[in-house]
Amino acid sequence: MTIQKLLIANRGEIAVRIIRAARELGIATVQVYSKADKDSLAVRLADESIEIGPPQASKSYLNQATILAAARTTGADAIHPGYGFLAENAEFAAAVEAAGLIFVGPTAQSIRLMGDKVAAREAAAAAGVPTVPGSAGRLDSADAAFALVEKTGFPVMIKAAAGGGGRGIRIARSAEEFHHLMPQAQAEALAAFGDGGLYVEKLIEGARHIEVQILGDGRDVIHCFERECSLQRRRQKVWEEAPSPSLAPAVRDRLCSSAVALARAVDYRGAGTLEYLYDDRSHEFYFLEMNTRIQVEHPVTEMVTGIDLVCEMIRIAGGEPLRIRQDQVRVRGHSIEVRINAEDPAKGFLPSPGTISALSVPAGEGVRFDSMLYQGYTVPPFYDSLLGKLIVHDKDRPSAIRRLQRALAELSVEGLATTKTLHQALARDPDVQAARFHTAWLEPWLETHAASLGTVAPSPTAKVAQ
Amino acid sequence: MATQQIFSPLPGIFYRKPAPDKPDYKSDGDTITEHDTIGLIEVMKSFNEVKAGAAGKILRFLAENEEAVMAGQPIAEIDV
Repeated sequence: MTIQKLLIANRGEIAVRIIRAARELGIATVQVYSKADKDSLAVRLADESIEIGPPQASKSYLNQATILAAARTTGADAIHPGYGFLAENAEFAAAVEAAGLIFVGPTAQSIRLMGDKVAAREAAAAAGVPTVPGSAGRLDSADAAFALVEKTGFPVMIKAAAGGGGRGIRIARSAEEFHHLMPQAQAEALAAFGDGGLYVEKLIEGARHIEVQILGDGRDVIHCFERECSLQRRRQKVWEEAPSPSLAPAVRDRLCSSAVALARAVDYRGAGTLEYLYDDRSHEFYFLEMNTRIQVEHPVTEMVTGIDLVCEMIRIAGGEPLRIRQDQVRVRGHSIEVRINAEDPAKGFLPSPGTISALSVPAGEGVRFDSMLYQGYTVPPFYDSLLGKLIVHDKDRPSAIRRLQRALAELSVEGLATTKTLHQALARDPDVQAARFHTAWLEPWLETHAASLGTVAPSPTAKVAQ
Repeated sequence: MATQQIFSPLPGIFYRKPAPDKPDYKSDGDTITEHDTIGLIEVMKSFNEVKAGAAGKILRFLAENEEAVMAGQPIAEIDV
């Protein structure tokens, strides 16, 4: 192992997760923190900690120069970016390496390639991975775009080539709508991203979100099977599981092989996830994008395969070759993760920062709780609302849902509102139990089930101003 | 004329403009109505408008753009 001291350039539950992995590998840890995170669990657990600025992420967790200076000051020889913040910033990955440090992740080149939607799509097509029917590359003229959608048919999505996270997406259901929306989308993309390049793809309605976990060492690549994350609100995943309950075995083989083919084609190094849309009526899958980092929902894969993904990515970054052969990766049982956010589901998911006055954490067979919480901790309002993830594992999906219900009943977070009640309502829903859902299923469900999401009746005035 | 303060309804980051490339909602000296938006508070990545709550004239802002604020912290002073 060449890594002696790892700096964690992140916060919250993932920082805690990385500290635990590093410690098990015998690596010392340095936790960076903003003024607002001085009392965080990650700071308490790390061997050393160092302040990097004010609460605003733009001035602390996104400040590359300060983070690099913190690594120099503390003598860290590697940086783990976690997810979000600088995790998929190619410039940062390059700067870390230029400073003579190890970036726990892929090369800057891989990040750049996969961060450009059009380039990623071209790489996928070249590796024989199916993509959603649409433009083979960026479109700079409305006429070229229209010629294309006449072939794919409607509805279509118009996306900004430089966009991300659902930003800048428009849906056209007819030629008329398309002619109306295309110029708007172009102007908006130019204003928002400084790049008016667009691409167009067919909207697959009623599709599921399925993603494949891969590990690569820059030479060889293996997959660790898939996760299904179809339950989403505002394009944010709320409930994830492994394996997917909707994939036929033959389709699973093809899907996972396609992910390996694409990752191999780009000599991928580290942990990565290839996201797909899956149409369970036609059994067709379509590559969406690749995330070049560890994901929030990685634990469900760890539970069913027994592979510690965070440890493996640190080992790979330290120069070790892959230690696991593809034929050694097996799925055992079923795992579900639910995101416990500081949001009030009975009040339109109003953010709910505050102080944890009492905490009771579920335990027992097949239960894992990855969180940043402790009693007396004050959850700051400056970052995302994820407090922790409740993960369960059992022999099959119905058992895992029962175990989830048992664990949720044991979980008690007092002092602020959480999404626990949402997950309790989902776990008892017949459609969720039968895995009859797709990526657009949850939002209408929330509208009709608002009353079941809290002990307090939802008030019509208590809506989040967005 | 009496001086009154506008308080932040939530803890978070205060913004004086709707987007980084847009002008400020309001400037010192502007006349405002009760329903005017004077800024945004970002709480856990969700953006919430701050309303003036009273009609009058803005004397000065007490919180800067992108400042971290606590719930109940005064962010502007108005003459009503």
